[in-house]
Amino acid sequence: MTMHSPPPRPELRLPIAVLDRLMPMHLSIDPRGQIRHAGPTIRKMLGWDGSGTPSIFEHVEIRRPQGVDDVKALMQQAGSRLSLALKSAPDLQLRGVLLPINDGGGAIMDISLGLSFARAVAEFSLTLHDFSPCDQTVELLYLHEANTSTTRLSTRLSERLQSAHAAAQHQARTDVLTGLSNRRAMDDELERLLSDKNQDFTLLHLDLDLFKEVNDTHGHAAGDAVLMNVGAILSRELRRNDFPARIGGDEFLVLLRPTVGEEVAGRIAQRLIQRIEAPIAFEGVECAVSASIGIVMTTQYSQRPTMNELMADVDAALYQAKHAGRGRYVVHSQAGLH
Amino acid sequence: MHGMINRALQSFLVATYGNDVWVEVRNLAKLPFDDFESMLTYDDAHTMDCFTAACQTMHQSPIALLEDLGTFLITHPPLDPLRRLLRFGGASFQDFILSLDELADRGRMAMPAIEMPEIEVTELGANTYRLSAHWKLPGIGPILFGALRAMADDYGSLATLKLAGVRDGAECLEIEVHDTRHAEGRSFQLAEMTS
Repeated sequence: MTMHSPPPRPELRLPIAVLDRLMPMHLSIDPRGQIRHAGPTIRKMLGWDGSGTPSIFEHVEIRRPQGVDDVKALMQQAGSRLSLALKSAPDLQLRGVLLPINDGGGAIMDISLGLSFARAVAEFSLTLHDFSPCDQTVELLYLHEANTSTTRLSTRLSERLQSAHAAAQHQARTDVLTGLSNRRAMDDELERLLSDKNQDFTLLHLDLDLFKEVNDTHGHAAGDAVLMNVGAILSRELRRNDFPARIGGDEFLVLLRPTVGEEVAGRIAQRLIQRIEAPIAFEGVECAVSASIGIVMTTQYSQRPTMNELMADVDAALYQAKHAGRGRYVVHSQAGLH
Repeated sequence: MHGMINRALQSFLVATYGNDVWVEVRNLAKLPFDDFESMLTYDDAHTMDCFTAACQTMHQSPIALLEDLGTFLITHPPLDPLRRLLRFGGASFQDFILSLDELADRGRMAMPAIEMPEIEVTELGANTYRLSAHWKLPGIGPILFGALRAMADDYGSLATLKLAGVRDGAECLEIEVHDTRHAEGRSFQLAEMTS
């Protein structure tokens, strides 16, 4: 029986120019760890003019695995993935792999930009010529740039849609003529407040007197001017947290929050009536209206009232005020006339 | 048609002829909205209607208008991101021409839903190429004509182009590159200069 020694592995000797084109970021080191040659791209990045034989550790810091700071340790990492940085750009994390070669000993270390590609390309002003045509780094850059552009477009679209949405929502909850909130906004606000037992408030239901007469005598434009004036009064005469709304033709609801006592509520109602009674001029004619107001307070109930109860009570109070003549207000509980 | 393409047509009309012309075009085309939005998709009919309306309004032949549109895509400063993305195709104008058969994939990589022309590049001679382009709508030939002439300038190359008819449903274009270092091209750094 004859013993066969394994056939010698084929070896390939490559001209440096070939290596430079295939792996423009490779380093060739001798057995002592001195750089014999650097590919054109990595040379640019190292800022090495090719003179002398500097140790690889003068230019490259191996970060992972840790503790690789001499040639012996480095050679032991042959074939595994290395995390490294150049001393010329310590904040760029690069990737590398090292393999020993027979050609006079030593090793070849190939390096790639890893995930720091975008910054590396900018920092070293790299061009298409700095990469092998097979290197997907350029495609990554392309994708990165395309992605940035499309994200910008999407963001702009979302912002436009968002502001259009906000405007539409605002419009849907606003009374166009007076600029006050509308019935829908008021209903939502009432529901919200009623569901929170800690929020006591006072509700005013205000209905204009003589509004129909203004409309009939001076026309709808005059009626609109009156309504706008009432809107302005309600915006101006109330506290910042109070909430007025126009809920129908000449009907308004006002939320006073935090709530006030009966006496203060009465004073506020009285003041609103006074302001509304001041006649306004519209195209040379004087328009005079008044207002009746019903008032209810959540503190008047032993149990939290429902929306329907509250509205029924404040309507009843308004009805009494109307019934008693123009320009009055009535507070629900005592049902007394002021 | 993808909003990006419609938006490019709108931007071209606004930048070249003014907003009044765009308003006229969109009225004539009976667009049910004021502006195309780059990130949405529209019925092809809107694109065709706008284009027909633009030819009518400007008394331009479709071919002339499409060529100008192609040039606009490369040279209009706010569209620089597009020019840059195209420059990734190759380091020289000839590399770029040869990379055009990857254009559709490249476009889809940036925007999966965009309808890119499928281009086939044939080498007719050492410096002569024929491009055959299929697209969803007619007119890709003149658009490429305008765009590639501008790209040649961008690379600083001297090239002559001519429209070469339609073969098997593909609009064709012939390009002869005379000199790749004709003039100083526009700069292209791989890394975008972010201000």
